[in-house]
Amino acid sequence: MRESLLHRRILGAHTGLIYLFLYGPIAVLIGLSFNKSGMPTAWGGFTLHWYAALVDNEVILNSVRNTLIVAVVSTALATVIGTLLALGIEQGRRNGFLEAFVFTPMIIPDIVLAIALLSFFTTLKVTLGLHSIILAHVVFNIAFVCAVVRTRLKHFDYSVIEASIDLGASQMGTFWRITLPMIFPGVLAGALLAFTLSVDEFIIAFFTAGAGPSSTTFPMQVYSMIRFGVSPEVNAIATIVLGVSFTLILISQRLGKGVTP
Amino acid sequence: MKTGSKFRRYVLMGPGLTWLAVFLVVPCGLVFTYSFFERGLYGGIDYLFTFENYTRAIDPLYLKIFLQSLKIATMTTVLALLLGYPAAYFIARAPRSRQNIYLILAILPFWSNYLIRTYAWIVMLNREGLINRVLEGAGMIDEPLPLLYNEFSIIVGLLYAYLPFMILSLYASIARLGSELGEASTDLGGNALKTFLGVTLPLTLPGIGAGCVFVFVLSIGNFITPELLGGGKYIMIGNLIYDQFLSARDWPFGASLAFILIGIMMALLFMQAMLVNRYSGGSNRA
Repeated sequence: MRESLLHRRILGAHTGLIYLFLYGPIAVLIGLSFNKSGMPTAWGGFTLHWYAALVDNEVILNSVRNTLIVAVVSTALATVIGTLLALGIEQGRRNGFLEAFVFTPMIIPDIVLAIALLSFFTTLKVTLGLHSIILAHVVFNIAFVCAVVRTRLKHFDYSVIEASIDLGASQMGTFWRITLPMIFPGVLAGALLAFTLSVDEFIIAFFTAGAGPSSTTFPMQVYSMIRFGVSPEVNAIATIVLGVSFTLILISQRLGKGVTP
Repeated sequence: MKTGSKFRRYVLMGPGLTWLAVFLVVPCGLVFTYSFFERGLYGGIDYLFTFENYTRAIDPLYLKIFLQSLKIATMTTVLALLLGYPAAYFIARAPRSRQNIYLILAILPFWSNYLIRTYAWIVMLNREGLINRVLEGAGMIDEPLPLLYNEFSIIVGLLYAYLPFMILSLYASIARLGSELGEASTDLGGNALKTFLGVTLPLTLPGIGAGCVFVFVLSIGNFITPELLGGGKYIMIGNLIYDQFLSARDWPFGASLAFILIGIMMALLFMQAMLVNRYSGGSNRA
């Protein structure tokens, strides 16, 4: 052991504090969501009341429905398009420009993409609604699916495909029986990531949704509630959302493990 | 081994590239053109060419917001680096079996809902919030500290959001380094500080660069955090752009602000790419 024990202890303590910083606020939120008094002021006893209140809240349920529609449709589209894109990119010579271009939706500030799409739809006189949010979400979801599938393809043994073709299988047959099953964990991980991003996305949806509750997504609903400050309902919502997204991410991590054995 | 013919590749990439062309390139091009037109009387656009939207951005009123955004993003980045480096170092030097768990724990919050994570800090920092309660309970303060709706809370929120990202990119470059180099340096008589400054730090510069650029870029273009934790005052460029599009209805000016923001980002990403090129070029030869 070359580094002194003291150094490691200090580093360890520092890292512990970082984890406290990262998880403390989340833990407080979760705790509060079960607090009868609903406020951080005092512990009033355990309750599930705030969760029960959500189930009856038609406005919130409606926004959840909208979000699921947007997320499912945009994920499905982006998964197909993004996977094909990844296959196309990985089968060719390296092209820096192409790679940078496909990477763009991941780094462009949300607010810029949001105003650009709003201007675009308005100029074309497209009525805004769930469909315009879907079109917008597919843009960044393509980029993420493509990136995830590409990491899977980096370790892909193309000789298997050649063998399949040499043995008389058609291009299509080879794709369905060989290529797709081999890259499937990557495709699924990409789809999960896209779904999570779409469920969470707020700014772009906010700009491309148009007015009215028929196209209010769940994050938009949460945003308008948060603006009024701390409330026990939001705490309960937050706890559910954190639970769902942590579960999805951990599953996606597991799937992604196949990428680098 | 590459098998695809050129035609096949274009068929595969066709839908994706078309989608990005229609819903990314064209809209951005459109907004870029808008930034050179005049604002119409009732919030529309008059198709008269002008540079005024860009010159207006350096009006002291708006320049102040740009500088404020730069300041907030810089402070967030520096804090993320100072807090993230020791943590990333610790994780990278932990036993192999534990590295993955530490790393997933560090990144997990990054993938959960941004609004909720921001909201968590409203709960922590408001006048009735946990931190004020605890301090009052301990008798350390008589009345609540104004922790929320100021620059401090914005920086805390951004730091909270992007610290995992910094740790991840620092970890990647520290882990690649291995501990042998540091050991060689200490064997040759360098003390811990000298080893760190002379060996570890320079060799992890690409990771530092990547982490800093990403945290900075994500912070400076941010809209939600200054809006929710900044108390709705004009504080950062993101809010200003938002306002031009949804309240002030001056789209050309909003468009020019968006492209100035993109310009700042591209310059930084370019600098980072240069840095990576220089260093990876060096280590390839070695």
